[in-house]
Amino acid sequence: MIRDITIGQFYPADSVIHKLDPRVKLFATMIYIIALFVFKGILGLGIITLFLAGIIRMSKVPFKFMTKGLKAIVLLLIITSVFNLLATPGDIVFWKWGSLQITDKGIINSVLMTIRLVYLILGTSLMTLTTTPNQLTDGLETALKPLNKINVPVHSIAMMMSIALRFIPILIEETDKIMKAQMARGADFESGNLIQKAKSMVPLLVPLFVSAFRRAEDLAMAMEARCYNGGEGRTKMKPLKYGKCDYISYGVVVGFLVLVIVAAVLLPFPQG
Amino acid sequence: MSIVKTKGLVHEFIRRDEEDNVESITTALDHVDLRVEQGEFIAILGHNGSGKSTLAKHINALLEATEGTIWVDGMDVSEEENVMPVRKVAGMVFQNPDNQIIASVVEEDVAFGPENVGVPTDEIWERVEKSLKAVDMTKYRNHSPNKLSGGQKQRVAIAGVMAMEPKCIVFDEPTAMLDPSGRKEVLAAAHELNRQKGVTVILITHYMEEVVDADYVYVMEDGKIIMDGKPREIFSKVDELKAHRLDVPQVTLLADELRKSGLPIPKGILTREELADAILKCASDFRR
Repeated sequence: MIRDITIGQFYPADSVIHKLDPRVKLFATMIYIIALFVFKGILGLGIITLFLAGIIRMSKVPFKFMTKGLKAIVLLLIITSVFNLLATPGDIVFWKWGSLQITDKGIINSVLMTIRLVYLILGTSLMTLTTTPNQLTDGLETALKPLNKINVPVHSIAMMMSIALRFIPILIEETDKIMKAQMARGADFESGNLIQKAKSMVPLLVPLFVSAFRRAEDLAMAMEARCYNGGEGRTKMKPLKYGKCDYISYGVVVGFLVLVIVAAVLLPFPQG
Repeated sequence: MSIVKTKGLVHEFIRRDEEDNVESITTALDHVDLRVEQGEFIAILGHNGSGKSTLAKHINALLEATEGTIWVDGMDVSEEENVMPVRKVAGMVFQNPDNQIIASVVEEDVAFGPENVGVPTDEIWERVEKSLKAVDMTKYRNHSPNKLSGGQKQRVAIAGVMAMEPKCIVFDEPTAMLDPSGRKEVLAAAHELNRQKGVTVILITHYMEEVVDADYVYVMEDGKIIMDGKPREIFSKVDELKAHRLDVPQVTLLADELRKSGLPIPKGILTREELADAILKCASDFRR
């Protein structure tokens, strides 16, 4: 189950989206998230769907690869949609039982919320699938550089993030291994109530933490051995430079947001 | 000038209890003297806890000596301002391939070292190209390290060190976590670098077979160098090695047993071919 989360997994392919400047992609993701929460009505949804589908197409990442990330949030999706469905008051009531009711607004809300969450995961994992964590942190580092002036250690934060991302798959693999080793010795992770389940996690978490610390120490030494000395005086193998495509993308993204807002104002059906 | 030289090097690990009183002292290095010349292939052999990894870390200025001095390329490692230059001259490949790869793409990891020392962008690309080619990993340059085998990861790590253009590379048990084929890959890469690029290699290991091709061997036990010499000299002292609980390569052992049972086979046989030749020679002498 844990293996299925695709966030933080780079999918190598040769596409326009892969080649975009990470700053553009960060900006686009931000705009995309804003768009997801300001859109109203079927037209806006249509525009977002087209936009998302177009980018997925261009990215050359297999759609299957992306939906893997969704499996992990199925439970969350079900809970939000059920609550939205049953707890929203509305004009037309189809069914009522105590304080639970199904109304027209409830149906719309629950459908929209589900779509929003699904699109949110798809869009953000698309960014991490097409951007190497290094590029991503490079992008963040450059974008946040002004914060250096008020003593925010931007470089260190970026480095921490990229290392965390690199070690996610390794730690997941390790969790799997420890789990199997404990199961072979009779540990039970499946049965019992929530508290018992939480308790059974202890023999999993302790060795995991110990090994994570050991890894951290090793890694720190390996980095020092390769002359790592903080951010000062570092050069870049792939310095960030805007190209023609990047400027065009900025335009496209801004245009997209404008379109979504216009659509929300002009034709908010069926939410208006 | 020697590339690495130590004189009376001592390293003590001091354990303290909560009130800062000394609880126990472990002497990991006990007056070690050694000398490595530029372009040599040196092996340091020893059991777990013999101090060989501690010695390796000293060469890279990762530890501070309790006593004695170590010079790398003529620079005294204990001086603060020499630390970075020393790390540039002496690269290091560690045991665990996963814990020394920093980036999520092979070529970016190779670039990590040159980036740190401030190499201009164009030159970084050149160096990455060259280093990946030297370890034959060019076709994996855009891959994620997680999808590589242990031997391949270790080769990436070697490329990462090569990209800093060091004069000397210390391999700290690079094959301990690998399968036999990965072990061969890594050793072949190390020998290749030594032969083609003239890089000094210091190989730290506890596998006897790996030191056979070295120019010079140091054997360590309890923080001391107990034997040193050419591999042939070391392996001709089979009984002494056994007394230190060190395994001898099978071929050498067989040759030794044959000699003890009366066959005139010379001491210090290292390879199968040598043994075969020696036996053939015995046979023809016998016929005559």
